[in-house]
Amino acid sequence: MANIVAGIACSHVPAIGVAMDRGVTATPYWESLFRGYEPARAWLAALAPDVGIIVYNDHASAFSQENIPTFLIGVASQFTIADEGFGPRPVPSVQGHPELAWHLAESLILDEFDMTIANAMPVDHGLTIPLSITCGQPPAWPFPVIPLCVNVVQYPPPTGARCFKLGQAIRSAVEAFDRDLRVVIYGTGGMSHQLQGERAGLINREFDNAFLDGMTKNPIALTNITHTEYMREAGSEGVEMVMWHVMRGALDENVREIYRHYHVPASNTSAGLLILENEDAL
Amino acid sequence: MKEQRDYESIPGTYVFDARRARDGYPLNMFCMSLNKAENRRSFKENSPTYMERFALSTEQREAVLQRDWLGMLKVGGNIYYTIKIAFCDGLTFQDVAGIMSGVSKEVYAQMMLAGGRTPEGNRYKDAARKDDERG
Repeated sequence: MANIVAGIACSHVPAIGVAMDRGVTATPYWESLFRGYEPARAWLAALAPDVGIIVYNDHASAFSQENIPTFLIGVASQFTIADEGFGPRPVPSVQGHPELAWHLAESLILDEFDMTIANAMPVDHGLTIPLSITCGQPPAWPFPVIPLCVNVVQYPPPTGARCFKLGQAIRSAVEAFDRDLRVVIYGTGGMSHQLQGERAGLINREFDNAFLDGMTKNPIALTNITHTEYMREAGSEGVEMVMWHVMRGALDENVREIYRHYHVPASNTSAGLLILENEDAL
Repeated sequence: MKEQRDYESIPGTYVFDARRARDGYPLNMFCMSLNKAENRRSFKENSPTYMERFALSTEQREAVLQRDWLGMLKVGGNIYYTIKIAFCDGLTFQDVAGIMSGVSKEVYAQMMLAGGRTPEGNRYKDAARKDDERG
């Protein structure tokens, strides 16, 4: 039987990737942010998961206004790196896990989550930045990845409560898979940020830190946050935090916080990183 | 779509909802085309000619040519699309955010280093309304 062994919540700010790709992570601007990633990299390398499920959103890269899937799962054996308007990031392409991904697609749909299935799509910074943050710059990513894409660009995104339930269904599906695989699940995006309008640059440390606390201790209460509250309190793009609920829903009710890192600013954004393990995990 | 949406009370924010998506479709699809290097070259070489491939409104075309980043949002542009025009100009998200919020690059960068724009007084268009109300 496969198991979800840990959850990672992680911002996916594009500038973090640019800093790594250009080799400027030791500058005064970036140094403390990247120093805070080192314990997470060591933890993940020691955990050595067999598969990663990365919950992220596409940013007008694979999907335009032509087609806007609310929930999508990538079942391909490989995902290319998207050109988002300035050439693809110089990072390895992403190997998929078609066997588990197809199992998840079938299980989730029969469990009443109407997934879109993607056999071919490029992946953008929403997926590659969390890999860069947690794995560094290896010549190939250390584990295959199943991309799980959530619409948060076109209003309305799915609710936090729906995302949490999707996480629960992902857990059931993973546990019904008949091969021994240790799976880590990422919820990405956030934390508070606003990239648009006269209010651009909004950061709300109080909201972010309460959200980090709640993720560990009281996640159900966080699923009641409305889209308007996210946008008002955490900035219009802060609504990305609904994707953290998918990760949290896939874990036990009781979890241990293994590591936390919070830093302002990464470009226009507050960057958060949270690692959770199930209480009864060995 | 006539009802008042509760998020419309948030100041300086253009939520990409159904109304904006309908208005913005040609503008955003033009921006989407800039994911291809050959299209970026064509756009940089002759922007008006390149943009004729898309059914932009006069207002949308002018907003792009003037690099009116706020104006693009007002005619249905979404920042994840319009930022691709900025990338063609060698600008970053932070450059464009500073321009939209009406301050210099240096002032904006300093605001972010100092912890960002505070939510205090920035939650509601009606500043007299108490910040701690939820809605």
